[in-house]
Amino acid sequence: MTNQDIIQPENLVYKKPTLLNDNPMHYCPGCSHSVVHKLIAEVIEEMGMENRSVGVSPVGCAVFAYNYLDIDWIEAAHGRAPAIACATKRLWPENLVFTYQGDGDLACIGTAETIHALNRGDNIAIIFVNNAIYGMTGGQMAPTTLMGMKTATCPYGREASLHGFPLKITEIAATLEGTCYVTRQAVNKVAYIRRAKAAIRKAFEYSMQGKGSSLVEIVSTCSSGWKKTPEEANQWMEDHMFPYYKLGDLKDKA
Amino acid sequence: MEENEILLMKGNEAIAHAAIRCGCDGYFGYPITPQSEILETLAVEKPWETTGMVVVQAESELASINMVYGGGATGKRVMTSSSSPGVALMQEGITYMAGAEIPGLIVNVQRGGPGLGTIQPSQGDYFQSTRGGGNGDYNVIVLAPASVQEMADFVDLSFTLAFRYRIPVIMLSDGVIGQMMEKVVLPPFKPRRTEEELRQECPWAANGCKNRKKNIVTSLELDPHAMELHNIHLQEKYKEIKEKEVRYEEYMTEDAEYLIVAFGSAARIAQKAIELCRAKGIRVGMLRPITLWPFPSQAIKTLAQKAKGILSMEINAGQMVEDIQLAVQGCVPVFHYGRMGGIVPTPEEIVNEVEKMKQ
Ligand SMILES: Cc1ncc(C[n+]2csc(CCOP(=O)(O)OP(=O)(O)O)c2C)c(N)n1
Ligand code: SF4
Ligand SMILES: [Mg+2]
Repeated sequence: MTNQDIIQPENLVYKKPTLLNDNPMHYCPGCSHSVVHKLIAEVIEEMGMENRSVGVSPVGCAVFAYNYLDIDWIEAAHGRAPAIACATKRLWPENLVFTYQGDGDLACIGTAETIHALNRGDNIAIIFVNNAIYGMTGGQMAPTTLMGMKTATCPYGREASLHGFPLKITEIAATLEGTCYVTRQAVNKVAYIRRAKAAIRKAFEYSMQGKGSSLVEIVSTCSSGWKKTPEEANQWMEDHMFPYYKLGDLKDKA
Repeated sequence: MEENEILLMKGNEAIAHAAIRCGCDGYFGYPITPQSEILETLAVEKPWETTGMVVVQAESELASINMVYGGGATGKRVMTSSSSPGVALMQEGITYMAGAEIPGLIVNVQRGGPGLGTIQPSQGDYFQSTRGGGNGDYNVIVLAPASVQEMADFVDLSFTLAFRYRIPVIMLSDGVIGQMMEKVVLPPFKPRRTEEELRQECPWAANGCKNRKKNIVTSLELDPHAMELHNIHLQEKYKEIKEKEVRYEEYMTEDAEYLIVAFGSAARIAQKAIELCRAKGIRVGMLRPITLWPFPSQAIKTLAQKAKGILSMEINAGQMVEDIQLAVQGCVPVFHYGRMGGIVPTPEEIVNEVEKMKQ
């Protein structure tokens, strides 16, 4: 039997979502962003929303998300994606509108926009890639950087007296009346990836059902910013990030 | 209210009514004196129940301008309003809109500054409005209403220009016109565009890629050559706007020996001053720029040929006067008179300045 014999429709168990194009991604090897992109593409396709989706991309490593996912996109100013999504969704209620944001974008410069969009209960989904660092600008401290963690701007490790504490914005989001679904996921293992995909699907569906705002945090690695190999980064995330940023649903108003 | 009925209202209220009537799709704003009546009037009118217009009280001016960016990026006719400190905060969103070529209307009912300044009127944001205001090389169209009627009429005009050129438009008003009550005839009702009409007018908009390839609304381009080409495209567009969209009004200029240039509420005061001057036998006329950008440089240059002096009368420390000087290139003496801090000059003060010009 040759490879050609095996490549038959009935043997097909996996294919790249068609919404994900062939542009080479600029992400570093092992970066969580690319996996999350794929999940979003799969969910939009499975929901049949290809022609009715608008993504709002952040300032951060995912700024070029629009180059890889073939839907309409609006590129936001740093942190402002939720405000953009609020207007976009209210003006086009029949469209699926989501933001895609890093931790610096969402939990630092855009904290006000994030909290208020979630609190208004705008029918949007926010996909939040938390890698505890500013990946794009070269690995500076983020609001989510763990205590003791070294970055370019806390080279001796994060210290409470100098830098304050890592922000659990997802926990805050769960307390807001406007949110219907708040969850924390990861994409470093197949089982986690499946769960993360289900979470994104639920968030997107709730937004179309008019249930309110959803926040899906993906605890992620940034091997380049963390100065680790992809494998080491995954291990470090399990050992250090997961105990502080605990995986699972924080709120589900099913 | 009846069509064409003459009503008495504030400039701020007129803007809100005009927005509902001219097919505006959304308003996003944050309260600040002296313009809060715009959002308040919309809240009372509840246009979401009639025309379907969306109204949101945002959490900040940063959020409101980004809501305008988001709404405009989908091809909708959206607007915000604020006053000077709030518009300062909006500059981030305005430069993104300029870069990504997103239409939208920003109303600035100016108050005195700098800083928190005063809630009293001013024209201190002339430079901020006509020089871009945010980062990078760009301009926005700036319209300066001088009456409650123009506050109402310029809403539709702003949207027309904003969509014709895919550019943000600033309506630069001030606390006098925003708060003053005057007679006004509201513009006729015009329905909001249907989705088909919108998609036809805005094939570039990001609103779900039905029957077309995907659209990306962005101001980012990391390849310097491509970025320079985009900048050249913007500059060419600005050149076209300068050629086609200059608006101004002349008042008693035919025989004028002296020329006053004034915009907005200052032009109303100047008009009165001209009457007083004429009664004294001084032949004074006025050019009132309606577009501050593009600036009516050519018209001022032409009038300067027969003028003995030009007075730029502004409610600020002297900002537009620089554009007049650039226009006349030293061929006639140019003076400035203005008050600051929320003080509005009286016609008598201006007569005094004209008399000084004569000496
Ligand atoms: C107003 C503004 N301030 C700062 C920057 C620089 N900047 C670009 S990306 C970034 C941080 C992004 O970090 P994060 O949101 O965590 O995204 P990541 O790259 O880690 O995915 C910063 C500070 C900017 N582009 N705009
Ligand atoms: S710098 Fe970090 S977040 Fe950015 S692409 Fe590389 S691994 Fe991903
Ligand atoms: Mg990050």
